[in-house]
Amino acid sequence: MDDLLREFLTETNESLERVDAELVRFEREPNNANILGNIFRLVHTIKGTCGFLGLPRLEALAHAAETLMGKFRDGMPVTADAVTLILNTIDRIKLILDEIEAQEKEPDGGDTDLIHRLALRAAKEVGASPPPQPTQLSEPPEPEASVVAENVETADAPEPALTQSAHDERGERVANHSIRVSVGTLDHLMTTVSELVLTRNQLLEIVRRHEDSDFKVPLQRLSNVTAELQEGVMKTRMQPIGNAWQKLPRIVRDLCGELGKEIDLKMLGAETELDRQVLELVKDPLTHLVRNCADHGIEEAAARIAAGKPAKGTIQLSACHQGGHIIIEIADDGRGLDLDRIRAKAVEKGLASEAEVAAKSDADICNFIFAPGFSTAARVTSISGRGVGMDVVRSNIEQIGGTVDLRSVAGAGVKFTIKIPLTLAIVSALVVESASERFALPQLSVLELVRASSGGEHRIERIKDTPVLRLRNKLLPLIYLRDVLRTGESGANDGFIVVTQVGSQIFGLVVDGVFHTEEIVIKPMSSKLRHIAVFSGTTILGDGSVIMIIDPNGIAQLLSRTAQTARDDAPELTERGQTAAEDVVSLLVFRAGSHQPKAVPLSLVTRLEEIDCRKIEISDGRHLVQYRGHLMPLLRLDTQSGLKQDGAQPILVFSDGGRSMGLVVDEIIDIVEERLDIEVASERPGVLGYAVIKGNATEIVDIGHFLPQAFADWFRRRDVKIERRARTVLLVDDSAFFRDMLTPLIKAAGCQVVAVSSAAAAFEALGSDRRFDLVITDIEMPDMDGFTFAEKLRSMPATAALPIIAITAVVSADAIARGRAIGFYDFVAKFDRTGLIAAIKEQGADVERAA
Amino acid sequence: MTAMNDNLKLTDYVTFTTAGQLFGLPIERVQEVFRPTRITRVPLAGAQIAGVLNLRGRIVTAIDMRRRLELDARDEGETLMAIGIESGNESFGLLVDALGEVLKLADSEREPNPVNLDRKLARVSAGVFRLDGQLMVVLDVDRVLDLSAEAAAA
Repeated sequence: MDDLLREFLTETNESLERVDAELVRFEREPNNANILGNIFRLVHTIKGTCGFLGLPRLEALAHAAETLMGKFRDGMPVTADAVTLILNTIDRIKLILDEIEAQEKEPDGGDTDLIHRLALRAAKEVGASPPPQPTQLSEPPEPEASVVAENVETADAPEPALTQSAHDERGERVANHSIRVSVGTLDHLMTTVSELVLTRNQLLEIVRRHEDSDFKVPLQRLSNVTAELQEGVMKTRMQPIGNAWQKLPRIVRDLCGELGKEIDLKMLGAETELDRQVLELVKDPLTHLVRNCADHGIEEAAARIAAGKPAKGTIQLSACHQGGHIIIEIADDGRGLDLDRIRAKAVEKGLASEAEVAAKSDADICNFIFAPGFSTAARVTSISGRGVGMDVVRSNIEQIGGTVDLRSVAGAGVKFTIKIPLTLAIVSALVVESASERFALPQLSVLELVRASSGGEHRIERIKDTPVLRLRNKLLPLIYLRDVLRTGESGANDGFIVVTQVGSQIFGLVVDGVFHTEEIVIKPMSSKLRHIAVFSGTTILGDGSVIMIIDPNGIAQLLSRTAQTARDDAPELTERGQTAAEDVVSLLVFRAGSHQPKAVPLSLVTRLEEIDCRKIEISDGRHLVQYRGHLMPLLRLDTQSGLKQDGAQPILVFSDGGRSMGLVVDEIIDIVEERLDIEVASERPGVLGYAVIKGNATEIVDIGHFLPQAFADWFRRRDVKIERRARTVLLVDDSAFFRDMLTPLIKAAGCQVVAVSSAAAAFEALGSDRRFDLVITDIEMPDMDGFTFAEKLRSMPATAALPIIAITAVVSADAIARGRAIGFYDFVAKFDRTGLIAAIKEQGADVERAA
Repeated sequence: MTAMNDNLKLTDYVTFTTAGQLFGLPIERVQEVFRPTRITRVPLAGAQIAGVLNLRGRIVTAIDMRRRLELDARDEGETLMAIGIESGNESFGLLVDALGEVLKLADSEREPNPVNLDRKLARVSAGVFRLDGQLMVVLDVDRVLDLSAEAAAA
């Protein structure tokens, strides 16, 4: 392409983006002559250059727009219509520019439609209101510059004259001490400096080996200069993040029109700088997030007023530096995420089971929006929800080593927080060794290093073939780098464990050795190697050798396919039931008593222990063992399973609120990743049902049954009073999982339980001649929810006085207030077993006191 | 006249042998020849890729020509030579057994692949020269570097 044309395209595109932003500003401040002057000049320059380059279509358009803007300058009132028209014209100009870029000539066709409208507008306004003398409006700052351009256009001046005039103009409006350098030149400079850094590193390495070398001092100087140069060149690549935001005011303005909303876009910290490469890569995700806020977040004006908020919504973008990172926040003051709908959608999409969804915290639920193909927008608008979803946003950000988080407050809005590195070119990396080869691991994802040895504090343990590490009350899944890279025998018990975090996933990467941390220059991977997901690039170390850079994302993906993953949000796991992320659950398969394999969700298990049989004590007919300074009860699954007489007794440790119990097992068989489909429900207490796992019918053990066996004792010991009469509780919950989980728990608290699956079934049970002392009802139920059910109970004389305890997955202030109005005895979170038992006991005690 | 020119048009070929076979590469595609040192093996890469190495600050992807052409495997410890090639802003090194001389050959002498030429060779060959006592296979550099097509075909 002609150099001149290319120059024109870059410059014009740049100008147009500014015009976009300026016009939106202008619409708000129509009296700001300065802004108008800027716009006018930009459009004028475009016009002038077009004429010179022989682009008649563009020239005609720009001319028509300029004429209309000239009228504004002469005092014509600025209307939204007129601004829209000019924005439309600018869009058309952009379209033509794109064509020119692709085909190097103006596309065929005409723009009479737009030109006509522009002319009409300009003419009409003049006729309608005679232009008042624009006394208060000063002339645009550089009319001379415009004249120069005008002359160029008419005089058909040779090339230098144009550049001259263009430079003159810029020279006046931008400070004289900045020059334009092509991106290519800067990139080349950066590459060269990277080479220099590498060479310096090599030299330092050599001199290190020769103690008193004459090179030492000059090399030190060279090293310092190199560092300075590196910093300087990095600086030239830095651009204010505002460059990536330039288009946003226009986008938001257009969205407002399309959606009939009023939105104010605030931008803070636009001057915050980051590497242009990174800037390019975050542009699209940022735009998408802002669109999302405007489309889904901000409510219509009427809805906002009804909610007691100002009619005009606000989207706030802010950026700041923090360490070697830049933090970008995008916040709206809209309605917040609809968690219930996300829950429903997650279940519908098969991303999680109902029970899992109910067990997740609100923050986890929010994260579902980053799942591929996840969109809760009931209708797909043209603005967002077009399949290019939040998953793309997240993967784009993660690709550059960043993270994205969000916080949502119902009714108050959503805030996305993006953390990205300032630059991609040079990163700090940990050099590790595996199978005699070295690899670099980006320091960013390394949490800590753990030395593992068979006799030491940290040991690599195995559950069947899956290596794990106990690290501060967590089971950390391990993966051998040797296995990942298929570079040889794995399974050594000695080694270093690099505790690595990718997103919310934490795992340990087992390597043979750890060397040091080095600033590495990332070189792109050879195209022939790019398909290997576990590598993200190559680099040259100080000693001159080439090593591969490991991509923690690639390993995390591999791990989630092959082994179980520990979620950082599920540390002390029993409290919240299953927490598996996807539709598959990690199950611990074991044998106890009968020959049939049994399984529990791994997430429930706190630890696997082997206890010396001699340490098991029998007290009051119960097996106890001293464990971490406490006496821990040991339970057997059934009477068949016995304790070993000598040697080591394997147990599964479950912890709940600081208390632990051990479940005696004969043997741990395996950890498997399976969908947990309970195919046959069980009548037997302690067994949820049966599922096929790895081809074997497997008993799914109900830990909810065993926990209270251990803990209810403690309750009894504390509450000296013994229940006189077993109360009967009616449990209403649509989820079979919870009925199965809670029934034994309530029984263990000394009550009889009748469990039903709906409000209708509950009325039926209440209509029978059975007497109930207490109703425990779920709030979230199809057909009739817990509130309505309770209101109905209250309205019927027979049940008006029946105490009701509500259980719910989401305890919100609203719900509690509503519950209080209805007259719930208590409101308990679904997973708060202790709380539920306490509420049942307390209610019983109240009754007794009253009696 | 044109025929004359064609007859006279000469091309320089860098020649090398691998597993006893003589090959030629048009000299304009060859950047340099070098003795490869410290090749870093890349786990999980295809067998044709011997690894990556540092050549004066550039990262070069080394392609083992024996494996690329599916010829007999090399004995351990044999010394190698490498032919440096640029393609699409990337550097490659073809690992060969030994380098030969640079030959100036007339384009008109180049013959199409014999129909019975080994299929693996035919895929990367741009023709054959009959030299004194042996055949020289002219390699099409782009096809040699196109590992993906090969993998897909395999």
